[in-house]
Amino acid sequence: MTDAPVVFSAHALCKVYRSGEVEVHALRDVDMEIRRGEFVVLLGASGSGKSTLLNILGGLDLPSSGEVRFGDTALTGASEKDLTTYRREHVGFVFQFYNLIPSLTVRENLALVTDIAKDPMPVDEAIEWVGLTPRRDHFPAQLSGGEQQRVAIARAIVKRPDVLLCDEPTGALDYLTGKLVLEVIARINVELGTTAVVITHNAAIAGMADRVIYLGDGRIQKVEMNAHKISPSELRW
Amino acid sequence: MVTTLVGMRISALDRKLLRDLRLMWSQVLTIALVVASGVGGFITSLSAVDSLALARDRFYASGHFADVFASVKRAPNALAATLLATPGVADVQTTIEQIVRIELPGVADPVLGQLIGVDPQVPARMNRVTLRNGRGFEQGTEDAQGAQAMRLSEQAIPTLVSAAFADARGLRPGARISALINGKRRTLQITGIALSPEFIFAGLQGVPDLRGFGVFWVPRDALAAAYDMDGAFNRLAVKLAPGASENAVLDALSARLIRYGGREAYGRKDQASHAILDSEIKQQRVLGTLLPSIFLGVAAFLLNVVVSRLVATQREQIAALKALGYPNLTIGVHYLKLVLAIVALGLMLGVLLGDLLGRQFLHLYAESFQFPNFDYRMAPWLPVVGGGITLTTAVLGTLNAILATVRLAPAEAMRPQAPGHYRRTLLERLGITRISPALRMILRNMERRPLRTALSTAGVAASVAIVVMGNFFSDAIDYIVDAQFNLALRSDVVVWIPEAADDSARHELARLPGVTMVESGRDVAVRFIHGHLSQRGAIQGLARQAELRRIVDIDKHVASQLGGAGLVMTDRLADKLDLRVGQTVRVEVLEGQQRTADVPLTATVRDMMGLNAYMERRALNRLLQEGDLSTQFALAIERGREPELLQATQQMPRVIGAFSKATVLRNMQEVSARNIRIMSTVLTLFATVIAVGVVYNNARIALAERTWELASLRVLGFTRAEVSGLLLGEMVIGIAVALPLGMAMGYGVVQLVSRLVASDQFLFPAVIQPATYAWSAMVVLAAAAASALVVRRRIDKLDMVAALKTRE
Repeated sequence: MTDAPVVFSAHALCKVYRSGEVEVHALRDVDMEIRRGEFVVLLGASGSGKSTLLNILGGLDLPSSGEVRFGDTALTGASEKDLTTYRREHVGFVFQFYNLIPSLTVRENLALVTDIAKDPMPVDEAIEWVGLTPRRDHFPAQLSGGEQQRVAIARAIVKRPDVLLCDEPTGALDYLTGKLVLEVIARINVELGTTAVVITHNAAIAGMADRVIYLGDGRIQKVEMNAHKISPSELRW
Repeated sequence: MVTTLVGMRISALDRKLLRDLRLMWSQVLTIALVVASGVGGFITSLSAVDSLALARDRFYASGHFADVFASVKRAPNALAATLLATPGVADVQTTIEQIVRIELPGVADPVLGQLIGVDPQVPARMNRVTLRNGRGFEQGTEDAQGAQAMRLSEQAIPTLVSAAFADARGLRPGARISALINGKRRTLQITGIALSPEFIFAGLQGVPDLRGFGVFWVPRDALAAAYDMDGAFNRLAVKLAPGASENAVLDALSARLIRYGGREAYGRKDQASHAILDSEIKQQRVLGTLLPSIFLGVAAFLLNVVVSRLVATQREQIAALKALGYPNLTIGVHYLKLVLAIVALGLMLGVLLGDLLGRQFLHLYAESFQFPNFDYRMAPWLPVVGGGITLTTAVLGTLNAILATVRLAPAEAMRPQAPGHYRRTLLERLGITRISPALRMILRNMERRPLRTALSTAGVAASVAIVVMGNFFSDAIDYIVDAQFNLALRSDVVVWIPEAADDSARHELARLPGVTMVESGRDVAVRFIHGHLSQRGAIQGLARQAELRRIVDIDKHVASQLGGAGLVMTDRLADKLDLRVGQTVRVEVLEGQQRTADVPLTATVRDMMGLNAYMERRALNRLLQEGDLSTQFALAIERGREPELLQATQQMPRVIGAFSKATVLRNMQEVSARNIRIMSTVLTLFATVIAVGVVYNNARIALAERTWELASLRVLGFTRAEVSGLLLGEMVIGIAVALPLGMAMGYGVVQLVSRLVASDQFLFPAVIQPATYAWSAMVVLAAAAASALVVRRRIDKLDMVAALKTRE
């Protein structure tokens, strides 16, 4: 994995929010690299800066200082339009609250993406990937939380993204459903080779990663390599 | 800060109210403006018309406006005393009146003057004039200076002139003008400018004309001498006794006056000035209540949408308040106060606007209607009733949203709302499935809230309809002008002579400069009788192959040629007489030698103005057992030679009036066209307020409701334009439906208005030009586009990260 090309590289990354009259240092001097095909878990308590880092990697936010690159492209200083294109072409997002469009069925939520993507996979194939074929014509309100999150994952991968960014994907789910969702993410990482970055505050999830980056107080506290990844089904929490 | 400013304690909940209002200021303002337009329109129309009615009533009282009027050919003064004995008659006053040609230095346009001979020694008991400036001629003999002035102009007749004409022609006391009195050119010396309750409306035959028609009060002797009317009168004004039946008096008087060449007596409703005033008041009352109700309906809808949304976004806050122990009533009242605050702002603006526009309207009225005192008055009941209706509508409109706060269970409210339930749209269920996801989202959203979609579409449609209505009046006037002046009256000049004369006069006219064609006509005053029904009117004798004066109906069809000895009547007149084509009507001639004849009705025609009856001129003369007589001649003239011709007619003493189509049109344009333009502008502005109010608030609510969804799409890589397209697409579809709907509504409202303002005498054509539809669409599209731009800027500022952190 160490010889795979670098997907993300960050140097001296800082992010300061101004909340009213208070300055919040969300990220301080972060340096890191993520390579193609890696499964990285960003672990930290709430307020540790992990979501800020993910948002910057995903082109939803810009750092206050420092540099971040996607492959050879600098995301720092990119225009709003460039960031939109970047998200559209390279990034698949999965969020804690699924963020599905309630007025569209499962297939239509995916079609929304395939309509604007360059080289998407067939919608039904993506749905097959997350095991929701029988429910593909349902509306979000007709699905359970775990099913909705699997739709969100299918929607994220249908464009064949370079990276899959997941922000607390199991945060709103129960134990079994959460594991099911993690299994799907792991399988995509292995079988499609999609780089996956997963944010969690649940230390138990770290076991399924190639690499775990511990964040605290806006800094990288430590980085651990897992010699033996375990499958999500073996995770316990 | 609020606490210190106001100097009293404001509860925390009220402070929340003020902050909420400030946060949603743009929505508060747009809704308040819709309320203000409704209330403003209501107060403008009704206060102006109320002031008009008040000024009229005061002037009628102070000027002792008569109740009944009649004309005779010539009757001895002694008859007045006999008429006084008629049951129901309280007073009788006689005058001598003549229509004459007025000549002003340097003015070639024909000007008509109504001369009224009044007795300087006996103060008028009815239709008293009020002197605006100058002095009355009755003081002439007492006033030494005046007497001298009188002697200086020995042949001049001292005259009071109507204020509207004096102002339009710049006449001041001391000015001298000429009048062709019984064929002789006489000088009128103006001593004063006067106003009369009989001539409040400044115009002739219902057309506002400040320049072409004036009223002149002259000493009765002068007029009597000129027309051989010593000891006689030809006009009669009657005051009814309290409780007297007007119809009974009219019948009695008509019967008595017939042997004096009396034309039928008529009451105030047929008096020219009174009828115009009345129809204006009626029209404004219709508009003043019809239009504001549309605005208030829209305002209630907008309040409902905005308050519902506010309650939905604040459900956690409401739950927290309940958890803290606030009772339902307090919470309900809290949201009710929000509604009341918005409505109160609108009411305040509306009353101010109504006051301002009402005064402006009064200025416009003051040009067409002349009163000694014309003060603006906003009756206290107007804002009270307007406010009451507005508040009631607003509270009813938002009641369900406010009650929702009461129904909300605290524990449930603490949990986020479940995702909305959607289903496939009607189109999809019908099998049309090749729709893009974006369009699906739009359509499903619209179908999910059918009532809101329908009402907001109706709101935009209403604004289209109001613009259509605002411009319809000018379309209608254009249509009437085209029908009357291009199709019916195709001549350039009509020349009148005082008495029916041998038709050979046409040859004389044909030789005048520039005349290419002459067509003779004869008008006779008659009374139509059918069974027990009777109606006073006139028969217009037209040429058999009419070219210059034709009959045109409301659809602009030229009625077929007159032929035979039958009558063609306005359908409304035939209806009044319960007369059908093929039946016979008795015609009683009211001038010249009294005679009656039975005439068959050969056709009816739906013409726009008046209750008319037409006959072929020669057939009419045969009916009257008279020779080949005419009373008027329609002339067609070579282009550019009209001034020359008018000059020539001024040299013909027998001609009392020459009616120049171009002049009448120009004079009419001066007043009507501008008034209508002002009205269109005001209504267009009001409509814009509605369009902006509906489109802007809908887009804001849609944005608020779907921020989360739209932010998610932005995260997925949708561009700003694409995301805006999704939200504004709903607006575009709504407007695409609203435009034709609004045009149809506009058509309906126009039909309704034209029906409401129609009378026996007058049909208002419900015509709308394509340009009016186009303009209404443009106005609403522009308002929508401006609103869309504002909302688009908000979409651009969507905070994606924040939206993803929260569950809707």
